[in-house]
Amino acid sequence: MDDKNNKPIPLTESEAAEIRAAASHYPDPSAASIEALKIVQKHRRWVSDNNLQAVAELLGLSAAELDGIATFYNLIYRKPVGEKVIHYCDSVSCWMLGAERIREHISKRLGIGLGETTADGRFTLLPIVCLGACDRAPAMMIGDELYGDLDEASVDAILTREDRHG
Amino acid sequence: MAKITLDGQVYDVDAGENLLKTCLSLGLDLPYFCWHPALGSVGACRQCAVVQYKDASDSKGRLVMACMTPVTDGLRAELEAPEAREFRASVIEFLMTSHPHDCPVCEEGGECHLQDMTVMTGHTVRHYRGRKRTHRNQYLGPFLNHEMNRCIACYRCVRYYRDYAGGQDLDVFAIRNDVYFGRFEDGVLENEFSGNLAEVCPTGVFTDKTFSAHYVRKWDLRYAPSVCAHCAVGCNTSPGERLGVLRRIINRYHGEVNGYFLCDRGRFGYGFVNGEERIRQPSLRGEPVSIEAAVAHLAGLASGRTIGIGSPRASLEANFALRALVGAENFYAGLSRAEAELVAAILDVLRRWPIRLPTVREVERADAVLVLGEDATSTAPRLALALRQAVRNQALELAQELKIPGWLDAAVREAAQGAKSPLFLASPAATRLDEVAEAVYRGAPEDIARLGFAVAHCLSPEAPGVPDLAGEDARLAETIAAALASARRPLIVSGTGCQSLEIIQAAANVALALAKRNPERSAPADAPDQSPPSAGLTETMKPVDLCYLVPECNTLGLALMDGRSVGDVFAAVQEGAADTVVVLENDLYRRADAVAVDHFLGQVKHLAVIEHTFNATAEQAELLLPSGTFAETEGTLVSLEGRAQRFYSVMPPAGEARDNWRWPAA
Repeated sequence: MDDKNNKPIPLTESEAAEIRAAASHYPDPSAASIEALKIVQKHRRWVSDNNLQAVAELLGLSAAELDGIATFYNLIYRKPVGEKVIHYCDSVSCWMLGAERIREHISKRLGIGLGETTADGRFTLLPIVCLGACDRAPAMMIGDELYGDLDEASVDAILTREDRHG
Repeated sequence: MAKITLDGQVYDVDAGENLLKTCLSLGLDLPYFCWHPALGSVGACRQCAVVQYKDASDSKGRLVMACMTPVTDGLRAELEAPEAREFRASVIEFLMTSHPHDCPVCEEGGECHLQDMTVMTGHTVRHYRGRKRTHRNQYLGPFLNHEMNRCIACYRCVRYYRDYAGGQDLDVFAIRNDVYFGRFEDGVLENEFSGNLAEVCPTGVFTDKTFSAHYVRKWDLRYAPSVCAHCAVGCNTSPGERLGVLRRIINRYHGEVNGYFLCDRGRFGYGFVNGEERIRQPSLRGEPVSIEAAVAHLAGLASGRTIGIGSPRASLEANFALRALVGAENFYAGLSRAEAELVAAILDVLRRWPIRLPTVREVERADAVLVLGEDATSTAPRLALALRQAVRNQALELAQELKIPGWLDAAVREAAQGAKSPLFLASPAATRLDEVAEAVYRGAPEDIARLGFAVAHCLSPEAPGVPDLAGEDARLAETIAAALASARRPLIVSGTGCQSLEIIQAAANVALALAKRNPERSAPADAPDQSPPSAGLTETMKPVDLCYLVPECNTLGLALMDGRSVGDVFAAVQEGAADTVVVLENDLYRRADAVAVDHFLGQVKHLAVIEHTFNATAEQAELLLPSGTFAETEGTLVSLEGRAQRFYSVMPPAGEARDNWRWPAA
């Protein structure tokens, strides 16, 4: 995708069609904002400024308004991410049960800090406020997969498996 | 009325308002950030907590946000309860964790709502020892500075800019401690009322950039009550001066006119007062002369028959002084030929037709509006902002049906969704209000007038019809007529914007046709008793709100004194009536084409010009008399709502300039 000039690059026809289909379910197309951003992300992993402007135009919103929505949700990525995004939970329960230790272990193993992506473009590490898995703290999510009761050994096994598959 | 008890004291207050506003009206100190009288309550900042008690036996009470609590009879609350005080102190301490300690270098310092509230709650020592979050600031154009680190996330800016003023390029981004108020990318703020952000923001995130260029602390400024000179709305302002330089203009509250807000032209359009083009010394044939010599020369010129040309941007007093000098028969208003004709027609309607001139505040209350041939955002910006509020009346009515008070802002917006009162807009080119209009008509002035006449005919068969109107336009006319007829407070807005007499007449016809539909209602006691324009008007009618936009700050006042144009002056001089002319603050090249003005000035033997800033007419004066701008003189202006308002000088005129009225009166 070229982000060099500031003009909104058109979404691909299939992206635009999917977004229109999502918007058709609502009387006000702006109701499909999150869905539309997820569609872009499904195709491109993240939402660039140009993508965002194109979606805003499609939904009849100002870019500022749509970006307000995009930046509110931490599962909408406004910067490039790797193939798989690791969200480790840093909320209270996980923090009490060793979330910091888990994060340090992931960072050491992958050689990346928070917000960084591995050199091979495989993983990005981000915090998340709560995964709703306090009973299995400390927890993390990779892609759509939730992992709980983490310790160093299980994190190693999970990362090895995630790296091999998909 | 409601009887309420606050901290053991009983008060009689209006029921239905929110408790915060009531407390503030009673003069009680209760800190707040997100509430604003024009924006209502959202309960976002949690700063106005009080303890409310259920009944007489309740001794425990519960914390409530005063701004979200309706005032009802028997309400009992304590502002000074220890848990309320502690809660408010802790909220402000949280809000202040990342706030920079830059008050000594912050331009808001000394007039900062956040500063006042912080002191009020007693938060004087920062306990937070962590890192402060910081933000990158944006370039927002020439009018406003952006300093996001000072933000306390009250949301007033976006609620004002987006919800109230209709701007689309300022928003809120991200979450939690990182919320960011700004644009999608750096760039000039698009909304024509952006300057109000400097006053709406309770701290120094948005500050006046023009003021930064010659900044002084608030307490070092001298202010005077003034009236904006940039259009005919007559917004009340407070210009601030120090050491002979006009430093800034801020809003001066007037409940019936501008309320809390100004347009950017009014707020930032003061540079000319300090400008290089100011005329600072009297001169005779290009040579500087003393004030005494100038006065003597003017007296000599005016001893014979002299023509005086007045000005729609000068006060009644200045125009009167000139008229007194030359005699009423030699005093000409000095509008352009077209303008004089249009304003005369407007005055005729205002004087004799069954219409009523609404105040700007009343414009906000209209529940159906027809704008005929005006781009109000350009010709009377503050009134356009009022029209934008009028469109919200449908939402407020829907809320009322659901028993949601109008001040409960988020709830009203949620309940009403996009509901709008009808605004119909007919203009030759796109306007900023198009986006809130129910229907927009684009056409040449003649077409707009025809649409207006057709609307009048739909409302009253006595009004002349437009036989050959296209089907689509005829249907639009019917829609507009139906909306106006069913409205409780219909409003027609028109004016000189299209330079079309027919449009002014069409607007008057619509008002008359509407008035005729309500013959049974009796007219107010102060209804005009002058002779009606036609036999059909003899019955008693309820006057209809009609608002004509005129171009300049005293166009209406001047037209009440004299109706003759520069064209009439040219004719008089052509006929040899006089060869001496005194021009008051009026560039004739703006009133007629250059060839005609050149020809006229060629015939004039002696030209005296009273003016504050150089222009093409002033440059040709034999005698040039420097006058003061609105900031340096005083006088009375008549606004488009017929309101005579006095403005006062905030500083003495620059150099050897004098009050404009003082020259002819000398």
